[in-house]
Amino acid sequence: MAGILIDRIRKTFGAATALSEISLEIADGEFLALLGPSGCGKTTLLRIIAGLETQTSGRVVIGDRDVSALPPKDRGLAMVFQNYAVFPHMTVFENVAFGLRMQKVDEATIKREVERAAALLHIEPYLERYPAKLSGGQRQRVAVARALAVRPAVLLMDEPLSNLDALLRLEMRSELKGVLQQSGTTTIYVTHDQTEAMGLADRIAVMHGGVIEQIGAPQMIYERPATKFVGGFVGSPPMNFIRMPVEAGRAALDGFAAHCPGSGRDILCGIRPEDMRLAPGGDGLAFRVMVAEPLGSTLLLTGKVQDQLIRVAARPDAGLKAGDTITLEPETRRIVWLDPETGRALGA
Amino acid sequence: MNARRLLYITGVVALIAWIIVPIYLIALGAFSGRAGVFRWPKSLWPGDATFAAMQVFLQVEGVWKAALNSVIVAGLCMLFSVLLGAPAGYALARFSFRGQTAYRLLIVLTRAFPLAILALPLTVNFIRVGLYDTTLGVALVHTALAFPFAALVSSSLFMGIPRELEEAAWVFGCSRFQAFMKVVLPLALPGLAATAIFAFVISWNEVFAAAVLTVRERTLTAYLLTVLSESPLHFRFAGGFLLIVPSVLFIFAVRKYLFAMWGISNR
Repeated sequence: MAGILIDRIRKTFGAATALSEISLEIADGEFLALLGPSGCGKTTLLRIIAGLETQTSGRVVIGDRDVSALPPKDRGLAMVFQNYAVFPHMTVFENVAFGLRMQKVDEATIKREVERAAALLHIEPYLERYPAKLSGGQRQRVAVARALAVRPAVLLMDEPLSNLDALLRLEMRSELKGVLQQSGTTTIYVTHDQTEAMGLADRIAVMHGGVIEQIGAPQMIYERPATKFVGGFVGSPPMNFIRMPVEAGRAALDGFAAHCPGSGRDILCGIRPEDMRLAPGGDGLAFRVMVAEPLGSTLLLTGKVQDQLIRVAARPDAGLKAGDTITLEPETRRIVWLDPETGRALGA
Repeated sequence: MNARRLLYITGVVALIAWIIVPIYLIALGAFSGRAGVFRWPKSLWPGDATFAAMQVFLQVEGVWKAALNSVIVAGLCMLFSVLLGAPAGYALARFSFRGQTAYRLLIVLTRAFPLAILALPLTVNFIRVGLYDTTLGVALVHTALAFPFAALVSSSLFMGIPRELEEAAWVFGCSRFQAFMKVVLPLALPGLAATAIFAFVISWNEVFAAAVLTVRERTLTAYLLTVLSESPLHFRFAGGFLLIVPSVLFIFAVRKYLFAMWGISNR
C-alpha cells in the first residue's frame, strides 16, 4: 500500500506539449479517476507513472520512493491495459501467475494467490484455458486478476472497460468497485466515460489540454464545476451555460433575476438540466421547446432561451412537445456563476 | 460456367504448367533410365521405373561430401540470417530512430547489386582473409543474400505482436530482455522458424557464389554444375531432382507461415 505524489510532471513530444506541469497527490488506498476527452494527456500521465513513458521533467514518488528513473518492473505497481494485453501463449493460470513467477515466489504461494485472485474475479472455471477461448469480458477479468495477484501497492487502469459492450461494462464496473474496495489498493483509473469516473472514484481529476482543470469528489465536481469545460464534460446531458447581462450585481434575463458575483458586464449562468423547474405562468426564462426526447426516467427537452440553446430534464409526464413555450425557473442555489471570458467559476 | 470461374481455372492451370510440369518432367527423367529420357512421346508414368540412375549418381565420388557442405553452408546461413535479421527486424518494428527509413532502404539495396559484379572483388578479398574455398565464406555470402528477407519479414512479424503485451511484461517484473524472451519470442517463433527455413532454401539453391568462391569445398549445387555438364542426360535429371526435393519439401512444410507472414491469408 502506498500513496503517490506526482510532482510537476511535464511531457513534450517534439514541439507539442502533452502535459504541462501536472502536480497531484493520491492518498494511500484512494481511488482516483483521471477523466478527460481523448488527447487530454490522461493516458500519457498514467504511462509516465507506470514508467512506460519518460517524463520531460518532474518526479513521481510512490510510497516514499522516488521512482522517476526506475524501469517499470522496479516500481512495484500493476497495470490493466485497455486491450487487456493478456498473454495469448499462456493459460489463464500462467497469465495470472506471471507477476508472481517473475518475483520468484514459491509454487505453493503462487497457487494460493492465483486462486485467490481468480475467485475474486470469478474466473476459476477457465484457469486451464487459453485466452483465445475466452470472451472479451472474461479476458478483462483475467487482466484484472493478473494485476491483483501480485498484491500491488499501486494499481493503474487504462480505460479497462471501454472495449466491453454496455451491459457488461455496467456489470464489471460495480464488480470492480467491490473488488478494489475489498483489497484497498491505491488505484489510478483513466477513463473518458464520466459515468464510470463518477461511479467508481473517491476523487476525480478532470484533465483537458494537458492540465488538470479540477480535482475533487465526484459530487463536488458535478455540482460545483471549476470551469466551463468541467461543467460541459461531466454530466449527461451537460451543464447549460446561459449568458446573462449584469446590472448592479444582479444578473437578469427575461423574467429571471438573481444576485451574482463578479464585476463584468456579462456573466455565464451554469445550471444543470435537472435544476430548472417548469413554472407555467410564473416569473422566469421563456423557453421554446424544439425537440422533446422521452428517455424513460426523464423527458429531455432541447430548446432556446432567447437565442441560446439549452437542455432541460423535465418529468416524464410533463406532457410537452416541440413548439411549446414554457417558463423555466432555475434553482438559484444550484447555479454556478462563471466568467464568460476565462470560463472559470466565480466565487459566490 | 461464368467468366470468373473460367479465369480462376485458367490461372490454376497456368500455375501448374509453370511449376508442376517442369518438376514432373525432371522426376520422369530421373527415374526412367537411359532409354526413357530420349523416348518420345513421353509416358505419364515411367513404365520401366528404375532407381538405377539415382543409385549411380549417389555413388559418384564427392556427391555426399558436397551434400554435407551444402547442409553446413545452408545451416550457417540460416543461423546467421536469423541471429542478425531478427534483432534488426525487432529494432525496425519497435524503435523509431534517426535514419530508420534509410536503413530500411539500405537493407533492400543489398540485393540491388548483382552477384556477378561482386564476384571478383569478393573472391580477391576472400583469398586475402583466408575465407576462399571455405564453407564459412560461402555461408557469409549467402547470409548477405538471405538477410534482407529475414530482417524485413521478422520486422513485420514483430509489428504484428501488440506492444502492450511487452509493456504488460515490463510492468509485471520483466526487464526488456526477459520480456522479449518470455513474451515476444514465443509468439514470433513459428514465423521465425519459417524465416529460418526460407534462408536455408535460399542458400541451398544458390549456385553462382558457391561456384565462384570454392574449388574443393563445393556445395551440392556448385558440384553438380561441374560434374553434370559432362554426364549423360539421365544423370543430370537425377541430380536436378535431388536438388529440388529438399527445397520443395521445406517450403511445403512452412507454407502456412509464409502465407501468414506475407499477409496473404491466415487460413
